[in-house]
Amino acid sequence: MLQYEFMRNAFAAAGIASVVSGIVGYFLVMRGQTFAGHALSHIGFAGATGAVVLGVAPLWGLIGFTVAAGIGMGVLGERVSGRDVAIGIVLALALGFGLLFLHYYTSFATQATALLFGNVLAVDREMIATLAVLGLITLAALAVMMRPLIFASLQPELAEAKGVPLRAISIGFLAIVALAVSESATIVGVLLVFALMVGPPAAAQRLTTGLWSGLALSAVLALAEAWLGIVVAYHTNWPVSFCISALSALGYFAALAVPARVR
Amino acid sequence: MTIVELDHATIRLGSRTVLSDTSLAIGQGEFIGVLGPNGAGKTTLMRAILGLIPPASGAIRVFGRAPERGDSAISYLPQVRTVLPDLRVRGLDFIASSVHGERWGLPSIARKDRDAIDATLHEIGAADLARRPLSDMSGGERQRLLLAQALIGAPRLLLLDEPLISLDQRHQEVAIEAVRKVCRERGITVLFSAHELNQLLGTLDRVLYLGGGHAVLGTVDEVVTAPVLSRLYGADINVVRADGHIFVMSRGRDVERTDHLHDHHGHDHDDHHHHH
Repeated sequence: MLQYEFMRNAFAAAGIASVVSGIVGYFLVMRGQTFAGHALSHIGFAGATGAVVLGVAPLWGLIGFTVAAGIGMGVLGERVSGRDVAIGIVLALALGFGLLFLHYYTSFATQATALLFGNVLAVDREMIATLAVLGLITLAALAVMMRPLIFASLQPELAEAKGVPLRAISIGFLAIVALAVSESATIVGVLLVFALMVGPPAAAQRLTTGLWSGLALSAVLALAEAWLGIVVAYHTNWPVSFCISALSALGYFAALAVPARVR
Repeated sequence: MTIVELDHATIRLGSRTVLSDTSLAIGQGEFIGVLGPNGAGKTTLMRAILGLIPPASGAIRVFGRAPERGDSAISYLPQVRTVLPDLRVRGLDFIASSVHGERWGLPSIARKDRDAIDATLHEIGAADLARRPLSDMSGGERQRLLLAQALIGAPRLLLLDEPLISLDQRHQEVAIEAVRKVCRERGITVLFSAHELNQLLGTLDRVLYLGGGHAVLGTVDEVVTAPVLSRLYGADINVVRADGHIFVMSRGRDVERTDHLHDHHGHDHDDHHHHH
């Protein structure tokens, strides 16, 4: 299996993206903002297809759109009421635009499938390097703001009183989420980013209540599910993204089934 | 020494004047019960003291200077407490997040902060909560955890906004006693807002009644009288003393028990319990 370069590349790319997604996703779940993460990936779809139309690599369109949308959401985020509705409408609009851009692109089906459901077996060396750099930037930014982010997530009223800039934290965090979504989307596609960004952290939070143990477990679960998904796909010839999303769901429901006293 | 001082301060929330031209001074080590109907401005006053709401006119001084947002000498227990329903973070990490939580970088907790958390949790009878996730705690248990958090560190001023909400009778007494003990020992000034005066009668030094844009600060005997409260609320108030309890009545109804002379101002009071 590892004698093929495309398989080695797939493992490397999935490894980088899953660890970043597992760690960033942990805070997404902690803050109850998973829907926002989902919306960002759909907006990224419009960005990626738009970039293709303009002759730019889809990853840059993905990153550009998701980061801009993340910042936009953070700026508007204070108006909490009706947020789900607003996000839902923007999400639908973004998918619509994605479709429009695809309409102008000739190799419609292949490109669309790759963006929507991922194509980790087509990742090249250059892409791995890009993912690694992006991943490092994402994790470094998260490390810088992790402490006030946790405080603002757990106790916003008190954090505000203690001088934590809530809005700046919210904007910064959604920009970080946008980067992680872009990484995740290159592996499992925009429709399945939940498989790496929500499944593993949600399972980890069921299994452990400590902060560091939860973060570590989330990253390990994401990595295990991504790699195991590729292995299963190799042996069954099923799509990789299906295998990863199935393992993610399996991990989550298995964690739910663990009785409380064992945790 | 004066810890909190309002000097002809007017505080507005949008177009609504919450406090108008109010002057008062609270000294070191005083335990002040802050009372008044919902919407009277208890929360707003505390937020103003925290420096979150600047006075529209006049001055607010804390420790003799303008309040500084994020002052570590002030501990605060907010009334509106967002608790994500499915938050599986254990009590210890929850509290630890607030210790220097405003600093950048990775979260970490120093040995002495950890010891301070343990000691305070123990003091308030909440040691068992350190290891349990918030999602498994009752409203009362979360409240105890937050109260313990407010007592950690070395605050000189403690602002407790409705800390007794969702505590049962026994834990209300434990909480009041813990705050009283810690604050007496360390000479901490306390502003303790509540719906019910009687539980605090044995503990407080003075009461601060808020209503109709005005505030009256004084001893219970000075303030909790029919003329003073009638003037403050602009309504016919009777004060009945019986068996060591004080009942503030409006047209035959116990104002504090049925509470809310005025209205609800957007705060969630679903889980009030008044036990006797």
